[in-house]
Amino acid sequence: MAEVLVLVDHVDGTCRKTTSELLTIARRLGEPSAVFVGAGYDTAAPTLAAFGAEKVYRADSDALTAYLVVPQAELLAQLVERVQPAAVLIASSAEGKEVAARLAVKVGSGLITDAVDVQSDGNGGVVTTQTAFAGGYTVRATVTKGVPVIAVKPNSAPPEQVSGAAAVEAVDYTPSALAQGARIAASTPRARTGRPELTEAAIVVSGGRGTGGDFSKVEAFADSLGAAVGASRAAVDAGWYPHTSQVGQTGKQVSPQLYVACGISGAIQHRAGMQTSKTIVAINKDDEAPIFELVDFGVVGDLFAVLPAATDAVQASKG
Amino acid sequence: MNIVVCVKYVPDAQADRTFNASDNTTDRANVDGLLSELDEYAVEEALKIVEAGEGEVTVVTVGPDQASDAIKKALQMGADKGVHVNDDAIHGSDAIATSLVLAEAIKKIGMPDLVVTGMASTDGTMGVVPTMLAERLGVPAVTFASELTVSGSGVSVRRDGDAASVTIEASVPCLVSVTDQINEPRYPSFKGIMAAKKKPVEQWTLADLGLDASQVGLANAWTAVQSFEARPPRAVGTIVKDEGDGGAKLAGFLSERKFI
Repeated sequence: MAEVLVLVDHVDGTCRKTTSELLTIARRLGEPSAVFVGAGYDTAAPTLAAFGAEKVYRADSDALTAYLVVPQAELLAQLVERVQPAAVLIASSAEGKEVAARLAVKVGSGLITDAVDVQSDGNGGVVTTQTAFAGGYTVRATVTKGVPVIAVKPNSAPPEQVSGAAAVEAVDYTPSALAQGARIAASTPRARTGRPELTEAAIVVSGGRGTGGDFSKVEAFADSLGAAVGASRAAVDAGWYPHTSQVGQTGKQVSPQLYVACGISGAIQHRAGMQTSKTIVAINKDDEAPIFELVDFGVVGDLFAVLPAATDAVQASKG
Repeated sequence: MNIVVCVKYVPDAQADRTFNASDNTTDRANVDGLLSELDEYAVEEALKIVEAGEGEVTVVTVGPDQASDAIKKALQMGADKGVHVNDDAIHGSDAIATSLVLAEAIKKIGMPDLVVTGMASTDGTMGVVPTMLAERLGVPAVTFASELTVSGSGVSVRRDGDAASVTIEASVPCLVSVTDQINEPRYPSFKGIMAAKKKPVEQWTLADLGLDASQVGLANAWTAVQSFEARPPRAVGTIVKDEGDGGAKLAGFLSERKFI
């Protein structure tokens, strides 16, 4: 059975949830081989084995972490040419899409990004599902040339545990001159909020113009549900919340089990980031706000009255 | 510093965007188009750099006849000249082919110090063409810039990532893609609109770039859209007016759906 390369998405060895999802998807297409780049392998190893990685290609070179995308793309290109995998799966994050883009050009492959489902076509090929035009359409696509390179969004498959051999093979890698053309000169970590990551969260509570800049009630409600906090473009442009929390066309596209929009009117810019959510709830003073066209449940009212009452009720239900 | 800005003519996101049923490509004929909003930030950033120093800004687009509107808008904002690559054979090209055409166009213009793009188009939204273009040009790419500073031999970029805000340095020539956080794009002035009429716009075909129809277009794409379907309208939900009990009713709904 052909190998399927999965680029491990991790921070110092702690795997992001997408890694177990990608390994699960890889098993539909062939035999999963994890590609682990950077430090912290011992931390990652049990996860890779638990989700079915038969092989692990491991490269640990300073160049792979000191420089940006190019070293990872060069390493993957080297592996693709040697292994001839059935597909390469990469997390559809900003960085993952860049690695995928360089890789696709290097090896002459078709690239699909933002896949929300990946299945075998039964003939050794791959069929993917994406949304288009602000979530207004669902599209099915195939790669018609080269080894399919697919960037897959978080929450695209429920991770399934299957133990794998996770046999390690060290890979030699020497970066090209181009790989060293852009380097990280400084890095300021963000303050940790303790909340889940926006794109991975099962529940997202977002605030917009209606918060007037006060996100405390939105955050308290989110925390009662164990949710991530998002913001509309209006709230971000006003400087009320960081851009990394923006949900919408020019921010994050989220697809949680539950999305709660607080004081957000629901312009196309915002809908593009959230309308594929499974259940949608909105609170807005304006009963004509377009967000109410999308909701499963809506409350016409002041979020500063509704949210605290709802937070209390959620807390009470926990006993 | 000479800068090339890549721009795209896209269907208006406010309109009812759809696909052509005949070949599953984006419908660009029946929906009004315009310069992709995210590309305005790229044009603005290039203009600011050149205005603070020297050099010129060339705008390049790949697209059908109407795509000249995207170039016109950029020239009205203040870009110096335009290049429009227009060839029927390009219809249906995917990101890989688009990056090939852009790369050859930039080589023909003459490799600039800096290539600037938006973070993604507002129609395809993949955001991979900038990186593919950098790969084809053999230059570093720094994407999602929220701040861009040019020094003698390179650029310094602030990128606001999920885990950290990072400063990235790259040597020139390089490619930078910019977010909508980087600046506030200017509106064309009356003077700018008048001046744009006299600015040169080159019209190039694939042959002018030494490319062949077999390298681009729908039939030769590296990916294929097999089918598309409109998302079914969401079922009408329950909407209640808060009369002091809105929070409790909301919690009741969440409980019913097993979220709490």
